[in-house]
Formats: sequence, C-alpha cells, structure tokens
Amino acid sequence: MLSFWHMGRAFFKALLKGKAFMGKHSNSLKNKYWFGGLCMLCAALMLLSFFAEQVGGPFKIVASFTVIPMQQGVNQVGIWLHEFSDNFKTMKSVQAENEKLQEELDMLMAENNALQQEKYELERLRELYKLDMNYAEYEKIGAHVIGCDSGNWFSMFTIDKGSLDGVRVDMNVIAGNGLVGIVTETGPTWATVRSVIDDSSNVSAMVLSTSDRCIVNGDLTLINDGKLSFEQMENNDNTIVIGDQVVTSHISDKYLQGILIGYVREVSVDSNNLTRSGYITPAVDFKNLQEVLVITETKEDVKNKTNTDSEVN
Amino acid sequence: MKLKLKRVLLTVLFVLFGFVLQGTLFQRLALGSVKPNLLLVIVASVAFLRGPKEGMLSGFLAGILIDIQFGGLLGFYAFFYMVTGYVNGLLGGTYYEENMRLPVAFIAASEFCYGVLIYLLMFMLRSEFDFPYYFSHIIIPELIYTILVALALYPLVRLINYRLETEEKRSMGKFV
Repeated sequence: MLSFWHMGRAFFKALLKGKAFMGKHSNSLKNKYWFGGLCMLCAALMLLSFFAEQVGGPFKIVASFTVIPMQQGVNQVGIWLHEFSDNFKTMKSVQAENEKLQEELDMLMAENNALQQEKYELERLRELYKLDMNYAEYEKIGAHVIGCDSGNWFSMFTIDKGSLDGVRVDMNVIAGNGLVGIVTETGPTWATVRSVIDDSSNVSAMVLSTSDRCIVNGDLTLINDGKLSFEQMENNDNTIVIGDQVVTSHISDKYLQGILIGYVREVSVDSNNLTRSGYITPAVDFKNLQEVLVITETKEDVKNKTNTDSEVN
Repeated sequence: MKLKLKRVLLTVLFVLFGFVLQGTLFQRLALGSVKPNLLLVIVASVAFLRGPKEGMLSGFLAGILIDIQFGGLLGFYAFFYMVTGYVNGLLGGTYYEENMRLPVAFIAASEFCYGVLIYLLMFMLRSEFDFPYYFSHIIIPELIYTILVALALYPLVRLINYRLETEEKRSMGKFV
C-alpha cells in the first residue's frame, strides 16, 4: 500500500514536470498525426451516420464475414456443452418422469378431446367477430440469439437472421407467447433487436380487459426486479385487476396489434389524479432468451394492405 | 516484415476475441446483470504495453465493432475507445511493466470514465437524473468486475507481448 502511494506521488511529480510522457513510448509527432486523423475519422463517421443511414452499410457487410460467424460458433459450442451437461443431469430423472408422463398423457388425451371441440367453437366465433388480426396468423421466421450487447447500459441482442432471410428494420420480435422487441438494424446475415426492457424502449399498449391505452417503458432501474413500468393510463371508472393482460395497442406505429407484453403487477393513481401508472411483469423471460420469432410483416405493411383493400372496395 | 504482420494479426485477433466473448460467453458470467468490460481491458492493456499508436488503432477497431452492432451513432464508441487507447499508451512505459498495480489502476480509471460518460451522454440527456442509482448499481459493480478481469488478463497480454518482443529482438540481431 505504501509503495503504491510512493509510486502515485512519483507519477504525479513526473506528470507536473512533463516527464511522464517521456517513457518508452514517447509521444512523437507521428502519433499526434495518427490521433488527429482518427479523431477526424470518428467525427466524420458520426456526422455522416447522423445525416445518412446508409453509411454503416459497408461496415455491416464486413461484420457479417468476421464477427458474426465467430459469434455463431461460440454460441454453438455453448449450446453443445450445455446439452452435454444436461444429458448427465437428466438421465436419472427421465425414467421417473416417464412414468409420470404416461399418467399425464392419459389425462391429457381426455382433455384434448374437450379442447378440440372448443377449438371448433372458437374458430366459428372468430369468424363471427372477424378477428382476422390475431397474431397467430402472422408469417414468422425463427432465429437464434447469437450475441448480446457488450455493455451494461442497454438491452439489445443480435440474431442470426438478416436481410438475406427477409428480416427488415421495424419488424416485431416475439418469443413464446410475448413481445420481445423490435429489429433496429439489419446486416446481410444478422440483425440487432432492441428488447422492450431496454431503457430507451417505449411501446404503446393497452389493457386487454378494459381497452385503456398506456405507454410501456423499459427502465434500467427495474431490469433486475424483472419489471416494466407503464404510465399515462387514463384514470377512469374501469377497474384494473392485478394480472390483467397488457397487449400492444392498435394505435402503435411500429408494433402490430394485440401482441402480449405482460401482466399488470401494480397500479396506482398518479398525483395529478388524471392518469394511472404502475408496473408490468413481462411475459417473456429475458434472462434466458435463446430462440425468437421474427414476424415478417411490419405495421407499415399492414397499414398499406388495408389501405389498398379499401381502395379496391 | 513477417513479424510485424504477425503482431498486427495477433492484436486484431485479440480485439475480435474480446468482442465475441463479450457478447456470448460473458453474458453467462454476468453477476446481477452486470458484466465486465472485457474490450476495455484488452484495449488498455495493448496500449499500455505497445504505446499510443497501437493503442488507438486497436481502440478504434474495438469501438467500431460495437458501433456496427449496437451503437446508434457510428463512431461514438470508436472515438471513446480510441481516446482510451491513446491516453493509456501515453501513460504506459513510464514504469516497469512488471508492476501490475499501475496498469490495473489505469484500466480502472478508464472504466470509471467510460461509465460516467455513458451516463452523461446517453442517460442524463434523456433527463434520467437518478445518478446515485446508476452509480451504485451499474458503474461501481462494473468497475469492480472489470478490475478482477484485468488482474487475470493483463499478465496474459503481457506474456504474449514479451514473447513477441524477444522474437523481434532475435531476428533484429540476425540481420545486424
């Protein structure tokens, strides 16, 4: 500790005398030119990419030849190791589970019959209500998550499908039964997705039972608690029950209607007495995201389609 | 010439591996959703051992990779990592390389600046003023975790650098 203090003092003395930079790597004029040049390159890139989107194009193509295959490779090794260790763990439990599953199977067979009947009923009812906007009918493609954001500040990740597979910016990404996020960037063989728990994410949503609209915000301070916050919900007579489903709203520009975001966890009236806010438990487990589905239809497409339809009619 | 190429390739490989591991393996090593900043450790170590020029070039490469995949503005992270490489390169070589404390202290200082800068530019400008929260939940844990990684990684980078340097010296001797 003492020697550390001495070292520090010596360093600052040297710094004051201007000797600190006279070490092995002296700051030659050439280095200053390099530094200046790179600074200007960075500034130029920032300015260009601020005004024109396409500047990143060449870089993205380079990335899909270098980094992306490596990420895919490392990921494959990880999955393989995971499965390997899983095999050993599950060996014993599998047999016990098998018997239990046999029993369950009989039960489920009976249940399935009942559900089949209900399914026909549902289909009939759907036709009746013309619920053709259900998201079970959207075209989807599956993708693996191959890399996550390098920092701790944002929640973005890369997937292994890109523009060559038909992925475009603003496509919605879902996993299991809930909304994961939205595609923000695409390369030839990869795409970047911003998840709804990202601090800069805002989604226009509504409570399914009451159709009250609200804004769902990702919040870095809530990520560890597994929560999302929502706000700007009208404070009307509709009661919202804990556990109510929150889905994407019909007025959203980027998100398709009716995708499940999560369940209401807490709700309270704001101090202005006009709006309500609270927290949502997301439907997706963001910590263990491995496979996602990309809906290959953007809200823009849906809007254009309905426009042309109405023109024809 | 051949050796120089070897060195360039090794440095590029270092940065690439850092970037790939950061996004894949280190995701699994996160404690409380905070993971160490491996790239910063690599850039600062290379800069410390090899001087400002190689420092800023490897910093630029690391930064531009982050920009391509995750950044909004191309060149933002590139600029930050480049400056980190440059400054650490200037500071390196002042003391004996065998001493671990100073490089690690500088890596820690760079990491701290990184955290504060990201907060100022990306969060405070979006009017999120809860600095104490971000400070205690992101900046400090990331700092501690990064220092631990630096303690393990810096000797490795130094060892490889030492090997290359002796090889270079030997071949120089041959020609003279």
